[in-house]
Amino acid sequence: MKKFRILLAFLLVVSFALEACNNSEKSTGSGDGKNNKESSKAAKLEIFSWWTGAGEEDGLLALLDLFSEEYPDIKVENAAVAGGAGTNAKAVLASRMQGNDPPSTFQVHGGEELNASWVAAGKMEPLNDLYESEGWNDKFPQDLIDMVSKDGKIYSVPVNIHRSNVLWYNKKIFEENGLQPPATFDEFFAVSEQLKDKGITPLALGDKEPWTATHIFENILLAKLGPDDYKKLWTGDISFKDDRVVKSAEIFAKMIGYINDDHSSRNWQDASQLVANGEAAMNIMGDWAKGYFVNDLKLKVNEDFGYVVTPETDGYFMVITDTFGLPKGVKNPDDVKKFLGVLGSVEGQDAFNPLKGSIPARIDAEVSKYDEYGKAAMDDFKASKLTPSLAHGSAAPEGFLTRVNQAVNIFVTQKDVDQFINALETAAQELK
Amino acid sequence: MEPAKTVHVNQQPIIQVKKRKKLTTDRWMSILFLIPSVILIAIFVYGFIGWTGYVSVSNWNTIVPDFSFAGMKNYLYLLNDFRFQADLRNTLAFTVLFIALVIILGMGLAILLDQKLVRGESIFRNIFFFPMALSFVVTGVVWQWILNPSTGINLFLKNFGIEPKWYTDTNILAGFEWGKIEFGLPVAIIAVVIAAVWQMTGFALAMYLAGLRGIPDDIREAARMDGCTEFQLYRKIIIPLLKPITVSVIIMMAHISLKIFDLIYAMTGPGANFVTDVPGVNMFETTFRGNYYANGAAIAIIMLLSVAIFIVPYLWSNRKGES
Repeated sequence: MKKFRILLAFLLVVSFALEACNNSEKSTGSGDGKNNKESSKAAKLEIFSWWTGAGEEDGLLALLDLFSEEYPDIKVENAAVAGGAGTNAKAVLASRMQGNDPPSTFQVHGGEELNASWVAAGKMEPLNDLYESEGWNDKFPQDLIDMVSKDGKIYSVPVNIHRSNVLWYNKKIFEENGLQPPATFDEFFAVSEQLKDKGITPLALGDKEPWTATHIFENILLAKLGPDDYKKLWTGDISFKDDRVVKSAEIFAKMIGYINDDHSSRNWQDASQLVANGEAAMNIMGDWAKGYFVNDLKLKVNEDFGYVVTPETDGYFMVITDTFGLPKGVKNPDDVKKFLGVLGSVEGQDAFNPLKGSIPARIDAEVSKYDEYGKAAMDDFKASKLTPSLAHGSAAPEGFLTRVNQAVNIFVTQKDVDQFINALETAAQELK
Repeated sequence: MEPAKTVHVNQQPIIQVKKRKKLTTDRWMSILFLIPSVILIAIFVYGFIGWTGYVSVSNWNTIVPDFSFAGMKNYLYLLNDFRFQADLRNTLAFTVLFIALVIILGMGLAILLDQKLVRGESIFRNIFFFPMALSFVVTGVVWQWILNPSTGINLFLKNFGIEPKWYTDTNILAGFEWGKIEFGLPVAIIAVVIAAVWQMTGFALAMYLAGLRGIPDDIREAARMDGCTEFQLYRKIIIPLLKPITVSVIIMMAHISLKIFDLIYAMTGPGANFVTDVPGVNMFETTFRGNYYANGAAIAIIMLLSVAIFIVPYLWSNRKGES
């Protein structure tokens, strides 16, 4: 009797387990083929991003609201993954894409972050017809469309633009010491020398995550090579042994001589804080730092802090753009295209960007909705040559970027130019 | 379950028959119940170890899977990599310092508590043991603040004219060139050791306290009768008797320190010039940020082997001890 009962319990457990397997099979099986129609009715539009921070989440919600107004029948799900400035989300995305369970659409930096990964893996649908039907081909700058295209096929829709080559400075410090914000590297070093004599840290850096240092380096590269040759670095047409790259490394090494001692214990916000508090005079950071200065630290643009482009990059615009695409194998591609349509529209971009603190990727957006910095950046965006950011994954594949970040992390301490150039050159073998 | 064993000698054969019969049912049942977990462990532990090994000799170093055979390429890359060499140095320095300090402090505190000099021993035991209950992530964040060179304990230490740079220090003590790196003791790792020791000392303390309780008082009495001083008593008798505890503590701490990830990740990250990087952090970033899956798998396999060097002899000696 006892034996029988144990056996019964065992069978029960097994049958539950089988049932569970069966269920999951059913739900994953529904995507392919037979009951496609049925499921597309119920399928939610799942918007995958890492926008969970203060301004960016508001922007995303405003965008989703706008979409729901236009298409009340389509259910939207905000599938944002918090943390790690997107690294957590990217890890989740990778496992879902590899498991053939893509979200309806997902946030990705335009450029190689998409092209060298999911496009290369054949997991993205081209969107040329959407660009045609929406008439977007002359609404986004050609440089930007090139960035989100591979072999003539466009794979994603840019929603916003951030600028990487901005130098932020503490206005009070500069005024009290009678200094002008530097436009060239010579001026930068002259200013830094004077600040150092006064006991003020000239340049704030927080490279606990090493991309912040890579961020400085990419803007030196842009200054020294110019936009066209800068882009050629990532295709292997120009070697990292080029004299101008070596010169950039030397400037980089010299700049690092002016940073705060505790840089490796800080992140970019902590470094921006040094500038805000007047402990440091300048930092080089993307224009999301403006959001941090204004919203978190309650400072005023052009009163408490000022901004100029990084030395010798006037007329260039280092672009970081968030884009959304259409993965292969989603249940409701038409709904996704409707969403991308809203995302790429003037209304969509103007709903999202003022809250996020970025500028629209379209050149015909409503200027009056943006703040002082935003207006200036929008003008520059239209007039400048656009280049993809290395530190933020647009210029080169993630793998190469990881290697560069490692080399930069070593370089910041050792300042060994030869070793640095060799490491870059070795890493660049993978680009060809 | 077992029936009371009030059996006469001449009844033994019957009992043996009964026992065997019972054993078969038990066996049959136990096998039946073991099968699911054996299958699960076979797949999800050993199967995936095998899979990781397979990936580590493949060419899968982008987001697009590529399982063509790469031989030892990924391992050779690691051995020539600045970062991985730094990892090995840091892990070695961390492991040695961490285990030594945990044993010295754990044993020392246990012996002090065992003297019963103060009342409320259980309170102290709990106080020391409590950090164990925290996650390494919490410990990491707290000590990151405490040892922050510009805002932490240095604000206090400044008064005495000392300002250590803690985990931002990039100096290597007793350093010499070795491969691509400077081998030696990275100063920054000491900050991490402090945090780890703070958390794990309580564990060693509890182990040693239990061990001390297990040493009968008559041994101490006998030693004292023979004219042993208290110091000699500990040096020659008590501490040698605690050897099994020490071995267990070393094994447990070694497998924590060789695989450490969360503490470092929360507290310092890889650090400037990779002075606080460890294989676990490197593996995570290589695999899930850089998409170098094969390289990451190779790091994982090397970590597994390094822990096995400690664990396998221990399990082996335990097995011998049992049989």
